[in-house]
Amino acid sequence: MKLIFERSVPGRGQKIFPSCDVEVKLPDVPMRASAPRLPEISENELDRHYTALAKEARGVNDGFYPLGSCTMKYNPYVNEAIANQKGFTDIHPLQPADTVEGCTEVIDTLEKYLCEITGMDHMTFQPAAGAQGEFTGLLTIKAYFRDKGDLNRNEIIIPDSAHGTNPASAAMAGFKVVEIKSNEKGMIDLDDLKSKLSDKTAGLMLTNPNTVGIFDENITEITRLVHEAGGLCYYDGANLNAVIGIVRPGDIGFDIIHLNLHKTFSTPHGGGGPGSGPCGCKDFLRDFLPGERAVGTGADAHYEHALKSIGSLTAFHGNFLIMVRALSYLQINGGDGIPELAHNAVLNANYIMEKLKDIYPMAYDRICMHEFVMGLEKFHKEDNVSALDVAKALLDFGIHPPTMYFPLIVDEALMVEPTETETRETLDNAIAAFRQIYEEIVKAPAAVTASPQTTPIKRLDEVLAARHPVLRYNFEQ
Amino acid sequence: MLHDIGYRDWDDLFRDIPAETRLKGRLDLPAGKSEAEVARIMERTADKNRVFHTVFRGGGAYRHYVPAAVNAVAGKEEFSTAYTPYQAEISQGILQSIFEYQTMICELTGMDVSNASLYDGASAAAEACAMTADRKRSVIYVSETVNPRILEVVKTYSFGRDMDVKIVPSADGATDTAALQEMLGQDPAAACFLMQYPNYFGIIKNADEISSIVHAAKAQLVMSVNPIALGILKTPGEIGADVVCGEGQPLGLGLAYGGPYLGILAATKKNMRKMVGRYVGETVDSQGKRGFVLTLQAREQHIRREKASSNVCSNEALCALKASVYMAAVGPAGIRKVAELCTSKAHYLADGLADAGLKPAHSGQPFFHEFVTECKDPSALLSTLQDKGILGGLPISDHEILWCTTELNTKEEMNELIETVKEVLA
Repeated sequence: MKLIFERSVPGRGQKIFPSCDVEVKLPDVPMRASAPRLPEISENELDRHYTALAKEARGVNDGFYPLGSCTMKYNPYVNEAIANQKGFTDIHPLQPADTVEGCTEVIDTLEKYLCEITGMDHMTFQPAAGAQGEFTGLLTIKAYFRDKGDLNRNEIIIPDSAHGTNPASAAMAGFKVVEIKSNEKGMIDLDDLKSKLSDKTAGLMLTNPNTVGIFDENITEITRLVHEAGGLCYYDGANLNAVIGIVRPGDIGFDIIHLNLHKTFSTPHGGGGPGSGPCGCKDFLRDFLPGERAVGTGADAHYEHALKSIGSLTAFHGNFLIMVRALSYLQINGGDGIPELAHNAVLNANYIMEKLKDIYPMAYDRICMHEFVMGLEKFHKEDNVSALDVAKALLDFGIHPPTMYFPLIVDEALMVEPTETETRETLDNAIAAFRQIYEEIVKAPAAVTASPQTTPIKRLDEVLAARHPVLRYNFEQ
Repeated sequence: MLHDIGYRDWDDLFRDIPAETRLKGRLDLPAGKSEAEVARIMERTADKNRVFHTVFRGGGAYRHYVPAAVNAVAGKEEFSTAYTPYQAEISQGILQSIFEYQTMICELTGMDVSNASLYDGASAAAEACAMTADRKRSVIYVSETVNPRILEVVKTYSFGRDMDVKIVPSADGATDTAALQEMLGQDPAAACFLMQYPNYFGIIKNADEISSIVHAAKAQLVMSVNPIALGILKTPGEIGADVVCGEGQPLGLGLAYGGPYLGILAATKKNMRKMVGRYVGETVDSQGKRGFVLTLQAREQHIRREKASSNVCSNEALCALKASVYMAAVGPAGIRKVAELCTSKAHYLADGLADAGLKPAHSGQPFFHEFVTECKDPSALLSTLQDKGILGGLPISDHEILWCTTELNTKEEMNELIETVKEVLA
């Protein structure tokens, strides 16, 4: 397909801006030598370009998207309609507090919902994504120990099954990462945990259910041990969808958490973002939270900072329009509907797993939570068909592949998370696709390794892209 | 379905969760409501905000016209409801749109490479500074003329990485270049100098001189830019910047009470492998056809874990798409025109406010679309304006106001503002 620059014709363009109604006056400073080579294009051509691009993109609206750990649930239209109101989109972040009472209400109400769901006491909405929420939580832990004068605690314990953002965030917050092993059941090895806890432990970062889709049955013992050693417990909310309304991190020993509004709370992923990663904490950490919040109404309305705040993660109040969408979603589901999300998410995952486990090797032979992991090492060894091949074969069935090669503790991993918003028919179709691919693996593996066949482009040369990086269009070519 | 796969009831399905960890009772939240009810409730909530028709406030977020194509394109669900394009064969549309975004940012900034986006301008500034640091050079110098909100985020990130942040003082609203030379010259651990272009007070000054001073000290120049101003100003690439960051919100994103916005991050080729966040690169498929993939991922957290250049995973892809559509819709002539409109109006307003009695705080300094005036009682003036439906400038101290104009401020609006100021001061 043509790049937008290849559609550009000099002199073409659109009339967007008015002529200047005052004297044209530019600052007396050095100016750019030449104009940026932005496209010169009519709106019709622009629209056709992006419509063509959209046809080569795939969203949740296009079909089943069982991408493990990403919680690709349906994004209701009403969320979009509500977030697109001028009363939300046209508010300057530095307006006086008494002119943003609607925004304040959104943030305060969302905080109440999310604190009740997680068992936390306070929440900051400044982090723009899950990874920034982690960073916020870890900086909060760091500031807490500094405030106590305990400078020795510089280690964060993280299981080997964790998302890559966990160790990366801990390193960014200046901590040493101490990895602990998972046992054969996919849970934390308690002996390994005990051996690594010490007076250097600042905290433990945990995703529960973890990335293999298993709820750690020793969770209260784990958080007790960490607290006993003087550390804090951080809950990564990436997999909250499995237990929302059923287990509250705050009730099982967690002190600080982050959530991903773009996973659990139905806000769209946007092709990679924007997300929103609010960070919640218990009362004793409140003074360290970042950012400023509008409080009060009318003449009393004003902005407040936390007393010993770690500072700020983004310039203003975080990704506000994402919060609006999450609040709409929560109000529609309500206290009665929220646990049903977890019920159906877990049911859908187990349904697929049960219907495939006779032919696809599961990494752990037990009930899963909202997602499960296959380990396809056997296919790789015996049939020379990799997890990647199976993923690519699914493309020809119009199914977005599961997460591949994660978690790292399972060889040839495919991680499947259907979410609660899919119907039984969709799940049955996916099961049929997996079973048909299996038949091909047995009978004609070359067909699987040659997939996909129906996509607009075939497998791409990633090595070439990395060895000879071309990261922008070359106008001279 | 539950019975079909052999479970008696929900409790049976959830039997792996120990009873003592489960929530006792129900969530103490209102019962679920219909779509119609929630739409009405949220309409009333939005109505509690005040939408100003006339805005003279910037300070890091700017009210510009958003061409209709921007939200129409970004609203296409293939874009908005997609995940990160890890599966390249079915994500060419998103990958290509990011490749085009990277190209447009390179063109606008004059830099060699751009990433696929970061959270916002302030977090991009923090990551930009961190990119320049290594074991030998880890002190970050920041001009006093940088937006204090950006500075705060740089400090917060630096608290994490245990890096020092030192402030270079200003003279008459611009970086004090003599002080900069002295501070950098004496510090072999200086990693970079972060300047803002135009700066927090709207002023554009000494960028070339600063570049020479910073490079003479073997530190790197990080420029935080306003992308609209780059429609006319000498580019960071021409000035010699090593890393460029900026708030992309003016490129077609609404004010939205501060987000989602767009972190711009671009760099020289030399810094390509130090870049934070995702890149899209060009390659070919098995049949030789041009295609695009996420590339140079060895820098990123999902590969390198604690050794990654940053923890960033989700970015602001949909906002980058909006910025691309904006830049494509306005084109090279439009980006120049909007910059000219912004700065011309600011000059008209500055003259008018000076006549009305608000003395410029930095008289004679060249500025883009923001400027500071003195004012004895900012809150009294601003509240009078507010009563007239005007969001006045940003009070930045008890005697100074930072004013801003964009292409949306008409001469008529500015005259009304000037007349009101005259009345208040009379």
